[in-house]
Amino acid sequence: MSQFLQQVINGLSLGSIYALIALGYTMVYGIIKLINFAHGDVYMVGAYTAFICTAWLGFGFFPALIASMVVCGLLGVLIERLAYKPLRKAPRITALITAIGVSYILEYTMQYFMGSEVRTYPNVLPKTTYQLGPVSVTTHQIYIFAITIVLMVTLQFIISKTRMGRAMRAVSVDEQAAELMGINVDTTISFTFLLGSALAGAAGILVGIYYNTINPLMGLTPGLKAFVAAVFGGIGSVPGAVIGGLFIGIAETMVVAYGSSLYRDAIVYAILIVVLIVKPTGLLGKNQREKV
Amino acid sequence: MKRDFMKLLAGGLSAAMLLAGCSGAAGSTAGGSSSEGGASADAGDTVKIGLNFELTGEVSSYGTAERNGAQLAIDEFNAKEDKPFTVEGVEIDSKGDPAESTTAAIKLIDEDQVAAIVGPATSAPSISTYQAASDKQTPVVSPSATQVDAMLNNGEPYEYAWRVCFEDSYQGAAMAIYAYETLGDKNAAIINETSDYGQGLAKTFKEKFESLGGKVVAQEQYNAKDTDFASILTKIKEKKFDVLYIAGYYGEAGLIIKQARESGIDCNIVGADGFESEKLAELAGKENLNKVWYTTCYTTVNASDELKSFIDDYTAKYDQAPNMFSALAYDATNLVLDQLAATGKTGAELNEAIKKADFSGLTGSFTFDEKTHTPKKTVLVVNQEDGVQTEVDEVEVK
Repeated sequence: MSQFLQQVINGLSLGSIYALIALGYTMVYGIIKLINFAHGDVYMVGAYTAFICTAWLGFGFFPALIASMVVCGLLGVLIERLAYKPLRKAPRITALITAIGVSYILEYTMQYFMGSEVRTYPNVLPKTTYQLGPVSVTTHQIYIFAITIVLMVTLQFIISKTRMGRAMRAVSVDEQAAELMGINVDTTISFTFLLGSALAGAAGILVGIYYNTINPLMGLTPGLKAFVAAVFGGIGSVPGAVIGGLFIGIAETMVVAYGSSLYRDAIVYAILIVVLIVKPTGLLGKNQREKV
Repeated sequence: MKRDFMKLLAGGLSAAMLLAGCSGAAGSTAGGSSSEGGASADAGDTVKIGLNFELTGEVSSYGTAERNGAQLAIDEFNAKEDKPFTVEGVEIDSKGDPAESTTAAIKLIDEDQVAAIVGPATSAPSISTYQAASDKQTPVVSPSATQVDAMLNNGEPYEYAWRVCFEDSYQGAAMAIYAYETLGDKNAAIINETSDYGQGLAKTFKEKFESLGGKVVAQEQYNAKDTDFASILTKIKEKKFDVLYIAGYYGEAGLIIKQARESGIDCNIVGADGFESEKLAELAGKENLNKVWYTTCYTTVNASDELKSFIDDYTAKYDQAPNMFSALAYDATNLVLDQLAATGKTGAELNEAIKKADFSGLTGSFTFDEKTHTPKKTVLVVNQEDGVQTEVDEVEVK
C-alpha cells in the first residue's frame, strides 16, 4: 500500500509538469485551432534560461522562475507574430508544418549556442525529504505541486475574471463576432501565447531543478506527452488539460510500478489512440457543432 | 515580369546551392598534402590518420576525450626529431549515429585516403564502420567499443577491425566477481539500459553472479535519455538487495545514483566503464558518490611515471584532466603509429603488423586474440569517495 501511495506521489509530480505544458497547448488550440508543436521547445528554452540565470548569473530560485516565465512568454509572442500570424488564413496543415519547423529551429539554435551536452543546475532549492507516514516527499516535489497549483489558479482567475480573459473566451468561440464587438483579435491571440508560453517556462525550470539535467532535445518527449494529456482532457478546455496532465503522469508511473518499466512511453501513446477512437473530444471537451 | 524574376531567382539559388554542396565536400579535407594513400610511407611524407569520433550527441564526452587523446599521441609523434614521416589527424564527427559513422569512415578512406582510422568511442557507431573498412583494406582501431562480439561478423572477425579495450562480457563478469567476493554482496538488483551495451552487461553480470551463488532479486530497464527513475526505484526498494548494478552510461547513471540515494537506497552501487566521466559527479552530486565502484581499464590512482607525464601533457594542452577514454585513444593511436613506423606500409601489411603487435601502453600490455581481435587484459575496479577515486583493485576473470 505504501508503495502505491509513493508511486501516486511520483505520478503527481510528473503529472504537474505535464499539466503546465498541456495548458499552453490547450489554450492555443482553443483560440486559433492550431496544435503548436513548438510548445515543447519553448519549455526547453525556459529550462535553459533558468540555467543561465542560476548557473551563470547567480540568481536565486524565484528570480530565475520569473525570468524564465518572462523570457518564454516573450518568445511565445515572437513566434506567434513571425510564424503563425501570416498563416492565419492558410489551411491548418500549413500552420502545423510551420510549427514543426519552428520546433526544429529552437532545438538546433539552442544546440548551436549551448552545445549538445547535458547541463546540470546548481543547488538553488534546498532538498530535504519528509516522511509522512509510509511515504516520503521531497521539498522539490512540494515546490512543484505548490507552484503548479498557484499558476493554475492564477490562470483560471485571468480567464474568468479579467477583461483579457473574456476577450480570449470570446475569440475562441467566434473570431469574427469578437472582432465586431471591438475586441482586438491580434492582441488577444498574442496574449494567449504569452500566457501559455510563460507556463511552459515555469515547467522548464521546475524540471531542470527536479531532474538536475537539461539538454537541447529535452522538449520533444514531454511536449508530445503533454499534447496527449491535452487531447485526453479535451483540447480547448483548461481544466481538462490539468486533469489530463495529472492522469498521464500517474498512468506512466503506475505502468512502471506494476507492469514493465519499458512500457512507460508506450502507455501514453496508447492512451492517445484510445481517446481518439472512443472520444476524440476528450474528457471535458465540448462537441463543437458546425453552425451553417 | 515578376514571374520571370522569380524564376531567375530560383534558378540562381539552386545553382548556388549545388556549388556550395560540391565545394563543401571537397573543402572539408584538412590540409593540402600531396601524399596519395599509396602503399608506402616514406620520410618527408605526410600520412593521414582518420579520427572518427562522437564529437556531438549524448556521448560527446567520450568522443571528445578520445579525440584529444589521439591528437596528443599524434602531436608527440610529430615532435620527435627522428620521425620517419609527419602524421596528420583528420577529424570527423560521427555524432554518435551509426549511419553517420559509416559515411564518415567511407569519406575518410576514399576522400582523405587515411592509412588507418581510430575510433569511434562507442560500440554501435564503431561496428557500422567495420565492413566498409575491411572492404577498403583500412585498419580501424576502436579505443572503447566494448560490446560483446562487436568484432565478429557471423562468428568470424572482421579482418581490419581492432579494439584496445576489454569486452563487456568480461566487464560484467568482473564486477559480479568483485561484488560477490570482495564486497560480500549476496543479493543484487540490476537496472540496465535497453541498448545492446546495457543488456549485454546485465546479462553477463547476472550469469556470473548467480553462478557464484548470488541472487538477482530485481531487474528493471530504461531507455536512453530517460530522466525520471522515481517509479523504478520505488518499485525495487521493496526487495532486499545489498548491491545495485547500473548497466548504462553516465548521463542516466548519474541521475539514477542521485535519485536512489535520495530515496533512501543506501547500499553499494556498482557499474561499468559507462560511469567514467567527470559528468557523473555533476549529475549525481558528489555527496551521493559514496560506496560506488565501477570497472575500468584506467585510473590515476597509483599512477606510473609514463601515466603522470601523459596526464601533465594532456592537462597542459586541453585544460582538463584526461580520463579512461583519452588514455585508450592515446594507446590506440600509438599502436597504429608504432606499426606504421615499423613497417612503413599501409593497407594489408599494416593490418598484419597490428595483428601481431605486442603493445605496451597506459592501459596495460597485451597482444591480440586472433579469434576475437580483442586484447586480454586485467580489469581494474575503482571506487568513488565523495566523487573522487581513491582506491583501485584488479580483477581477473577466469
